[in-house]
Amino acid sequence: MDVAAILPLLDSTLRLATPLLLACLAGLFSERSGIFDIGLEGKMLISAFFSAATAAITGSVWLGLMAGVAGALAFSLIHGLASITFRGNQLISGVAINFLASGLTVLIAQDWFSSGGRTPALAGPARFSAIDLPFADALRDVPVLGPIYHDLVSGHTILVYVALLAVPVTWYVLFRTRYGLRLRAVGENPAAVDTAGISVTGLRYSAVLICGLLTGLAGAYLATGLNAGFGREMTAGRGYIALAALIFAKWRPWYALMATLLFGLLEAVAIRYQTVDLLGVTIPGPFMQALPYILTVVILAGFVGRAIPPRAGGAPYVKER
Amino acid sequence: MPRWADVALVPLINLVLAFLVSGLVVLYIGENPIEALVIMIRGAVGSAYGWGYTLFYATNFIFTGLAVAVAFHARLFNIGGEGQAAIGGLGVALVCLAVPWPHWLLALPAAIVGGAVFGAAWAAIPAYLQARRGSHIVITTIMFNFIASALLVYLLVDVLKAPGQMSPETARFPEGATLPNAGVLAAIGLPFRPSTPLNLAFLLAILCCWLVWLLIWRTRLGYQIRAFGHSEPAAVYAGISPFRITMLAMLISGALAGLMAINSVMGEAERLVLDSVQGAGFIGIAVALMGRSHPLGVFLAAILFGILYQGGAELEFEMPAVSREMIVVIQALVILFTGALDNMVRLPVERFYLHRRTGHL
Repeated sequence: MDVAAILPLLDSTLRLATPLLLACLAGLFSERSGIFDIGLEGKMLISAFFSAATAAITGSVWLGLMAGVAGALAFSLIHGLASITFRGNQLISGVAINFLASGLTVLIAQDWFSSGGRTPALAGPARFSAIDLPFADALRDVPVLGPIYHDLVSGHTILVYVALLAVPVTWYVLFRTRYGLRLRAVGENPAAVDTAGISVTGLRYSAVLICGLLTGLAGAYLATGLNAGFGREMTAGRGYIALAALIFAKWRPWYALMATLLFGLLEAVAIRYQTVDLLGVTIPGPFMQALPYILTVVILAGFVGRAIPPRAGGAPYVKER
Repeated sequence: MPRWADVALVPLINLVLAFLVSGLVVLYIGENPIEALVIMIRGAVGSAYGWGYTLFYATNFIFTGLAVAVAFHARLFNIGGEGQAAIGGLGVALVCLAVPWPHWLLALPAAIVGGAVFGAAWAAIPAYLQARRGSHIVITTIMFNFIASALLVYLLVDVLKAPGQMSPETARFPEGATLPNAGVLAAIGLPFRPSTPLNLAFLLAILCCWLVWLLIWRTRLGYQIRAFGHSEPAAVYAGISPFRITMLAMLISGALAGLMAINSVMGEAERLVLDSVQGAGFIGIAVALMGRSHPLGVFLAAILFGILYQGGAELEFEMPAVSREMIVVIQALVILFTGALDNMVRLPVERFYLHRRTGHL
């Protein structure tokens, strides 16, 4: 592996990490408010489908983005209804949402486009195009920093920059605003928040909707930025990897960026090299694909620092009568 | 609320709601839901051929449903049936390929041990992490599903693939490891045909239903599992070890999921192929929820999902606009209504009975 190979590798790392990062931050909001969400996968998938389908029909990627986010928000509301209003099991609700998305997307795609559960390939204004940052070409010949700026930092679609920007915004909202304080409190001790006269239900619904918005962006990026169209099961477990990254990051925004970049790098390496030779030992490809999950189990096992979830996570809040 | 309303009425209303929404989806696609339902039922139970597939699928779902149900009794959500069944398949395949079995009567007990031990082993690590390190079992079992799938890809592509063949699957099992097909029942007048995959494993599944019932309601361990599931502090106070119950419940759960391979790997495919589980591990969640974690309920729910599965295949054939994914949608809605939105139906029903009773007094 030489230097010339590293830049493209890092470049695809950034692209592959973007949907993971958006989904991970989505899960962060939801779980910090005490609502476990294993339905990230399903919400990304439904958004990927509706964004690609709408973009294919209208020819506008922005309308597609809006449709994708709307789809993910609708699924978030189902999750909210089940786990907040009707105090159902949040994990079961998440499982149901994943299956619902997996079935509905192919069913509707087949009905609308009759091409094996895919949308037509997107091109031109129906896709997000790369943005060249200012002076990218001019600075290209500057040694070291030039290629990094031109190849790595510049030339991504808008959603990549949105995802990166979402990290400090999430940090600010969670740790520097009143809303964030209340959100974290409701995930730790909802009774205390309720006693202070703040609506537990309202806070949790708001968190679930933010989660829908971010998974919507993640799905739309997957179908209209990273790929050119929707294919069945195209999220391919990314929602679960995002969940793994969330645990890896111990429910903190900056760590979420690091974790998703790491998992993005693993995916980029697995795509580029079928097998990896490390110090004379050949690592099989499937091992690379399983690595994010193995790392998460190791983290969960508490061998590398403990990951402690928000205390009230997973439990519906029952107001005292 | 009377008991029959709890075990029958509420699940029935949930199921009807799930099917109503599914009907709306079919309507949206532009087909007639009633007609679709008739095609599904006719395709699934209208012929011996249909029954042969329906009961074959149901056998898979009984095993995975029981797996989820046993864990539910200890209030553990084992979402890893998919991975445990896949690894169980590996165990069954290794046993079947290890020896040139002379007769299935010898091969079956060995394969049962192989499938159960491998399935249980795959559940053991998440169980240990939950019991000793407090890692959430839902997350670890999800991760183990993915790890199992990667492990099987590696093993089937690089290690176990039969020499001189392209597709990633093991060699065919020896003749002596073939389970009797339901087709043999033709000799006593039943119209089953050897062309359908229904096999002896169906009886094993029924046996497992009975054994699980015995375990949960007639043994000391079952009592401890239920006590632990109802209240951990109370169980601890009664001298029940949370570690022991978590481990045992998950080991039994994983073993049951692993036994699914007796049906799908040993009974049908007669070799280990990639993705031999095909989502049956997840359907087990829906089956256990619908069956209220009772073996009889699991059995009935598994038959229902067997009908859906086989009927869905027929539906796709006769109504090309409705693709096979309709089953996944129905499955999702059943999980949603009977699992997550249960209170939506339960609370009004409870209130109804409360009002009626107080009205009479």
